[in-house]
Amino acid sequence: MMSLVLICIIALCLLAVLGAALAHAPAGRFVVYGGCVLVSVVSFVTGLAAISGPLVRMALPLGIPWIGVHFRLDVLSGFFLLLLGIGAAGASLFAIGYGAHEEEPQRVLPFYPLFLAGMHMVLIADDAFVFLFSWELMSLASWALVLARHRKAGNAQAGFVYLVMAVFSGLAMLLAFGMLAGPDGGYAFDAMRMAHPGAGVAALVFALVLIGAGSKAGLVPLHVWLPLAHPAAPSHVSALMSGVMTKIALYGFIRLVFDILGGAPWWAAAIVLALGGITAVLGVLHALMEHDLKRLLAYSTVENIGIVFVGLGLALAFRANGFAAGAALAFTAALFHALNHTLFKSLLFFCTGAVLNATGTSDMERLGGLIKRMPVTSAAMLAGCAAISALPPMNGFASEWLTFQAVLLRPELPQWGLKLMIPVDGALLALAAALAAACFVRAFGIAFLGRSRSAAATDAREADRWSIGAMAGFGALCLLTGLFPGVVIDLLGPVSQTMVGARMPHQMSDPWLTTVPVEASRSSYNALLLFAFVGASGWLAAVIVKRFGSSGLRRSPAWDCGFPDPSPMTQYTGASLSQPIKRVYGELAFWARDEVDMPAPGEMRAARLTSSRYDPIWDGVYAPIGFLIGAAANVLNVLQFLTIRRYLGFVFVALIVLLVLLALWQ
Amino acid sequence: MAVIAQFLVQGAQMLLVLALAPLLTGLVRKVKARLQRRIGPPLLQPYRDLRRLMAKDVVLAENASWLFRVAPYVIFASTWVAAALIPTFAAGLMFSWSGDLIVIAGLLGSARFVQALAALDVGTSFGGIGASREVMIASLAEPAMILIVFSVALIAGSTQLSVVAEHMLNAQVGLRVSLALALVALVIVAMAENARIPVDNPATHLELTMVHEAMVLEYSGRHLAMIELGVALKLLLYISMIACIFFPMGLADSGAGPLAFLIGAASYAVKLTAGGVMLGIFEMSIAKMRVFRLPNFVGAALMLSLLGVLLLFVSRGM
Repeated sequence: MMSLVLICIIALCLLAVLGAALAHAPAGRFVVYGGCVLVSVVSFVTGLAAISGPLVRMALPLGIPWIGVHFRLDVLSGFFLLLLGIGAAGASLFAIGYGAHEEEPQRVLPFYPLFLAGMHMVLIADDAFVFLFSWELMSLASWALVLARHRKAGNAQAGFVYLVMAVFSGLAMLLAFGMLAGPDGGYAFDAMRMAHPGAGVAALVFALVLIGAGSKAGLVPLHVWLPLAHPAAPSHVSALMSGVMTKIALYGFIRLVFDILGGAPWWAAAIVLALGGITAVLGVLHALMEHDLKRLLAYSTVENIGIVFVGLGLALAFRANGFAAGAALAFTAALFHALNHTLFKSLLFFCTGAVLNATGTSDMERLGGLIKRMPVTSAAMLAGCAAISALPPMNGFASEWLTFQAVLLRPELPQWGLKLMIPVDGALLALAAALAAACFVRAFGIAFLGRSRSAAATDAREADRWSIGAMAGFGALCLLTGLFPGVVIDLLGPVSQTMVGARMPHQMSDPWLTTVPVEASRSSYNALLLFAFVGASGWLAAVIVKRFGSSGLRRSPAWDCGFPDPSPMTQYTGASLSQPIKRVYGELAFWARDEVDMPAPGEMRAARLTSSRYDPIWDGVYAPIGFLIGAAANVLNVLQFLTIRRYLGFVFVALIVLLVLLALWQ
Repeated sequence: MAVIAQFLVQGAQMLLVLALAPLLTGLVRKVKARLQRRIGPPLLQPYRDLRRLMAKDVVLAENASWLFRVAPYVIFASTWVAAALIPTFAAGLMFSWSGDLIVIAGLLGSARFVQALAALDVGTSFGGIGASREVMIASLAEPAMILIVFSVALIAGSTQLSVVAEHMLNAQVGLRVSLALALVALVIVAMAENARIPVDNPATHLELTMVHEAMVLEYSGRHLAMIELGVALKLLLYISMIACIFFPMGLADSGAGPLAFLIGAASYAVKLTAGGVMLGIFEMSIAKMRVFRLPNFVGAALMLSLLGVLLLFVSRGM
């Protein structure tokens, strides 16, 4: 099984080479993306087998001499390999069609398989060297993809911010591994598991992992690269980065905190819970303010990562208090949501990519009416929007419902911090879910419904067959995982058994395939039955009304209270739709202000409406840091223009200082 | 045999909520009319309205898409299924386990999602204004609803409505601060969700104050009938929910005989009437709020429900 994964990785590297060679050939994208689809299917199957199969290890005499490289495939890697396989298969299938519109394929084709290879390798790494190497490979390959259209305004900055954050994340992970390995340098994960670091070191490692994996996943306040990098990358890469790479970051967090550190103390769980809740709400609020669909989706990824981290935080909290069953429920809910997010966020990025190709813009204020021009894309987008808004019977609802059930367990926790944090997190999750529904009513309603706001939207054409295949397939998957949540929950059983020491009860043996997280008298949910009921009663109502009432239909101009507006520009826009929400929440979160400058009667100048928004994280944290670094660089710039005597003097002084320090240390 | 009986009881419940919903709407209208010293339309007027609408042809806006035509049935069906999940005269019905309180909130959320999309479909400014305000109100009311569910579930140890109702009936729940907070919050949420005064006015067509009516402005004929029926069902749903959780007296068990069912039905009728009359009186004694005062009103529900949940996490006796 392990060799299968290694073959996948080698195949991906070969595909990268092929991609560089065939970049300009018309067959290039068929070969590369087609190959990636095949490889992804293999890794999906391998992941599926690894979840139920035994643990596999492999050591190869590569890399650093005498240390070698260690690989391991266990149930956790297996689940994430499965997730990677689905996400990558969909993105590659979509790209076969989407890639036809690529202007500079030589900037995408070689790096795309490399990116996939990096993600595969993270999942099977069993020592710090392999992990960090593949972590950085994943970052660098995706950075190259972000810069695929580097001449477009803003993309260079996006690439820069992404690189800085990726380096920062890598640094934090490096330090975490350094602390774990200790002075003896036990860089294999097994040695780290055995090391049992002291409380102080463990706390430091936890903080570093939270920073390192959190910044890759998009945890507030380390999320700033997502809304820049996701729109800059080609859409199938955005789908991978958002849908899969953030999950690989989650894998890093789970591997290090749940597995290698063996859990975390309650205060660490409280930090994860707090950050998760804030991330969820802040992410979706940002998304509501955006009018570019891809930026909106990127912020919504931040929200969903928050939801997953809330689940993980609950699992940590329950585990720290020895409540294994609760930890299993919360952990399963978190991973289920991670899988769901891969499905619906990839789907949404595919649809946005199709729109971008058809109209040349992803700005919702210039779209509209696409449901008539692009019916399949619209239907798939609708499915994705319903799923991400956590509406039954879609999959997003199933995992959020499980998370709520985990919040409601309320065991007797001795810590007051957790007692207060868990209900507040429940409230934040509920708020985020409601705001997400608003956000996606807006995204779908403005971009796909109504009348088209630009000529490009009026002339849009439906996407190609490959893209439609990917979109329809993922739409169906969103519905199926929603209707049969028990399949995924049972799949996650062994994972949660190894990571938190317990698993949720078997679901597929329940009568009627009902989902019962704890016991039937507590809570149960049967998506299939409800879907059948709603479908049947809606259909029955339609039939009866048409049979016994009227079935006639006349088309006429819209009524609109007798004032039909001739211009599509008078429709509600994304900005006007979210204006009430901006007024209610934005003032609090972003100091959002609308200032109206109305000329006095008789004055001839135009009126002005100024809308301002302050991003507390970017303007409050990153901008000052950037400013300080710039100022320091300016001051230290003189150091570059000194004489050789002065440089020698510096070396001498530095040597003396170090020697003195060493003497004092002894 | 028992299965068939259970199935029949479940079917009876589904038909009962459907049949009673317009009557409840008629009752509220009648109470309001009487309080305004009008005679008002007869109690059965909503049924006649529905029949009239269903017999009429649909006049569809020229650029309406398939979503606009499917939406009324989806809204009606999800609201109906949600309403049927709430114990009315008997608890623990055959399919009551297929969804809990969170699922009911989710079904109503689906209906609202489709409704708001349908409002945006034709691309008129009134549809936009309705959808925009609706999602703003929902963004406060939905989390409040979930937190109310949390309060109730933490007390009863279950999110299943039938179990909650039985717990409230049998166990010594007593007077609890958190339950009182949840009740107040639920009443506010019910006002907001059903587009009643002071949040919205179901009788208005004044452009600047419409929320729900603005969203359904483009609907006509049988489509409008389905939406109106959905609205009536939603009102019934909320009153049944409040009755089931906070006043479960008289609720029969699913296995009980016809006599218990009769008692349950009678007490349900009394509760519905009381709810309808109280709603009418409340609506008459308060003015409609400005749209931007609504966040304070509905936000109060959110804060109250959060307070209730916090109390329950801190102390089990509250």
